[in-house]
Amino acid sequence: MSTLILLLITGVGLGALYFLVASGLSLIYGLMGVLNFAHGAFLTLGAFVSWEMSRRIGEGTWLTFIITLVIGAAVGGVFAALTEFALIRPLYNRHIEQVLVTVGLSLAAVAIFEGVWGTDSQYTKGPEWFTRTTDVLGAQVPNDRFVTIIVAALVLLGVVLFLKKTRYGMIIRAGVENRSMVTALGIDVRKAFTLVFTIGGAAAGIGGVLASHYFGYVSPALGGSLLIFAFIVTVIGGLGSLAGAAIASVVVGVLQQITNFYWGMGDFVVIVLLAVVLLTKPTGLMGKTA
Amino acid sequence: MSPEPTNTLPSEESTGERNNTSAVTAVDKVARRVRVQPARGAKNPRSKVEAWTLGLAGLLLMAALPLLNLSIPGILPTPTYQPGSLQLLAMCMLMAAAALSYHLLIGVAGLLSFGHALYFGAGSYGLAIILNNFGLPLLPAMGLTLVVALVLSTFTGMVALRVTGIPFAMVSLAFAQAGSVLVRRNPGGATGGEEGVSPDTAGIPDFLIGVANTRNLYWLSLLTLLIVIVVVTWVQSSRAGHVAAAVRENELRVRVLGLQPYWAKLLIFVVAGVLAAAVGMVFVLLQSGTVPRQVSADFTITLLVMVVLGGVGSKWGAVIGGVLYTLLDQRLSAFANSSAVESLPAILHVPLSEPLFILGALFVLVVLFMPGGLTGAVRRLRERLSANSVAKRN
Repeated sequence: MSTLILLLITGVGLGALYFLVASGLSLIYGLMGVLNFAHGAFLTLGAFVSWEMSRRIGEGTWLTFIITLVIGAAVGGVFAALTEFALIRPLYNRHIEQVLVTVGLSLAAVAIFEGVWGTDSQYTKGPEWFTRTTDVLGAQVPNDRFVTIIVAALVLLGVVLFLKKTRYGMIIRAGVENRSMVTALGIDVRKAFTLVFTIGGAAAGIGGVLASHYFGYVSPALGGSLLIFAFIVTVIGGLGSLAGAAIASVVVGVLQQITNFYWGMGDFVVIVLLAVVLLTKPTGLMGKTA
Repeated sequence: MSPEPTNTLPSEESTGERNNTSAVTAVDKVARRVRVQPARGAKNPRSKVEAWTLGLAGLLLMAALPLLNLSIPGILPTPTYQPGSLQLLAMCMLMAAAALSYHLLIGVAGLLSFGHALYFGAGSYGLAIILNNFGLPLLPAMGLTLVVALVLSTFTGMVALRVTGIPFAMVSLAFAQAGSVLVRRNPGGATGGEEGVSPDTAGIPDFLIGVANTRNLYWLSLLTLLIVIVVVTWVQSSRAGHVAAAVRENELRVRVLGLQPYWAKLLIFVVAGVLAAAVGMVFVLLQSGTVPRQVSADFTITLLVMVVLGGVGSKWGAVIGGVLYTLLDQRLSAFANSSAVESLPAILHVPLSEPLFILGALFVLVVLFMPGGLTGAVRRLRERLSANSVAKRN
């Protein structure tokens, strides 16, 4: 029983990381029809810059951790906004080329990370509390799992509030639903594009910092490995649906952890789940009906 | 060559703002971007003869290279009859063949797949595993590998093609990821994990083993490329190829005509997968081993970069892209380790010493500024020149 609880919480923690990547992917795809392969690079850059900063200002304190979260978000957001502005915008409405450009960017970015920080993993150190465990119904759960889950939940809450309560949030939601209508009403959707990229990049940057604590290291391949599961999550959840992404992240994370522990087949089960979802409901759990 | 489907290109601007959320429109988009060149030879019998003569001469030259002593400094590391150059050239041809199989997906059927490496890996790993575990001779082992690849690509294709456009890209990626994970896990010690696996030499004929026999492997690679070119040309000009190209243009219209897009796409998908597996089999013989990278998403992206560099939709573009990429990759690695780069300040030295950075950046530039890739640029240049000469004559 205690093992199951540990697996559940760890799975939700992993799901939280997936969600931080998938939320941006899903919003970007929903609004712009772009599959962003560079999303992993946003995450990795956020993780690396935060790691560098935490070494400069002193590892292992809560203050440093919070600062690195902010830095991760800022770095990811700025990188994403620049990407949208310089690479995506000139290819406006040409979806395949936009995908290709992000593929090229992710190749180049990972190569640069390897050049600057090396191909080896760099080990991270969080506040001392992270290394301890908390007793949950008899299960000893590492504390960093809770931090990951809480931060991801806060991000979800923040994004939902932004989408529901602000004018730009409304434009984004309307754009996901029917972009031509929004344009016809005389609203410049392109600002919303940059905004969506920035939000997605910031979420990915935060995800990078959290992932570096969750896994205990940063490496140039960190973003790419999370990105593939985030893709799967977005397809299962339904492209363009934030709620779908959140639910699918948790389902995928927990399923992966549990099957990995008992049968060592976590990644396959996720792919089988993907196949089953596609065969029964090609639009995903909460996707629009095509 | 029978005339390929020529599609007039509606101007991108006139489409203007429209709802692009549906996946079909995304496919539609790539379709519209891809200009399939009308076969020039079809109109003019003389140029057709010329093209055949040129092709035959090129083929003879390629076949004779291992017997000649040609040096191309800066491109080939050694004279052409030595194993170093033959190995590189053979690799170029195999990558060209792999890119060509990928061209069937993206160029003909308009399917943006991120999982093509799975089938290449099925060929390379499949052959190595069958040779190691079943004690079969080479030819039956190759046949069995192709059957495995056929079954694999049929099943994965049937699921993946339930969706189109970007979701298809993601699903194909997920399948390839499953293969990649499986290979790294090393089930039963068959795939060798991160180390990769080498085929047992017992089943392979002697003339395909060892550095001294690189020229035989070179000829085998040339033969593979030739076969892939023939099959791709044949499939492209077959009825199914036309239907798949039409689906790329407008799936709805094909449906209305009473044709079934799904089966045409599946056929193209399976042919591309089996061809990739065939190339993978020769690859494992040439490299005398294979590593997990050959099944990873990175490898598919490499194929994608080759095809886009050469020009999406152009058969010869894929071949040129494959050769060029392989040469560039090899040369850039040498360039990265050269003393000229070492002596640069860090801000230049770090990016320049990463071949993938240069290739990635080059790729982005081609996508942004050179739609149609190399073949597109050549065609535009040629059109401009002929327009100029016509203008002068008048």
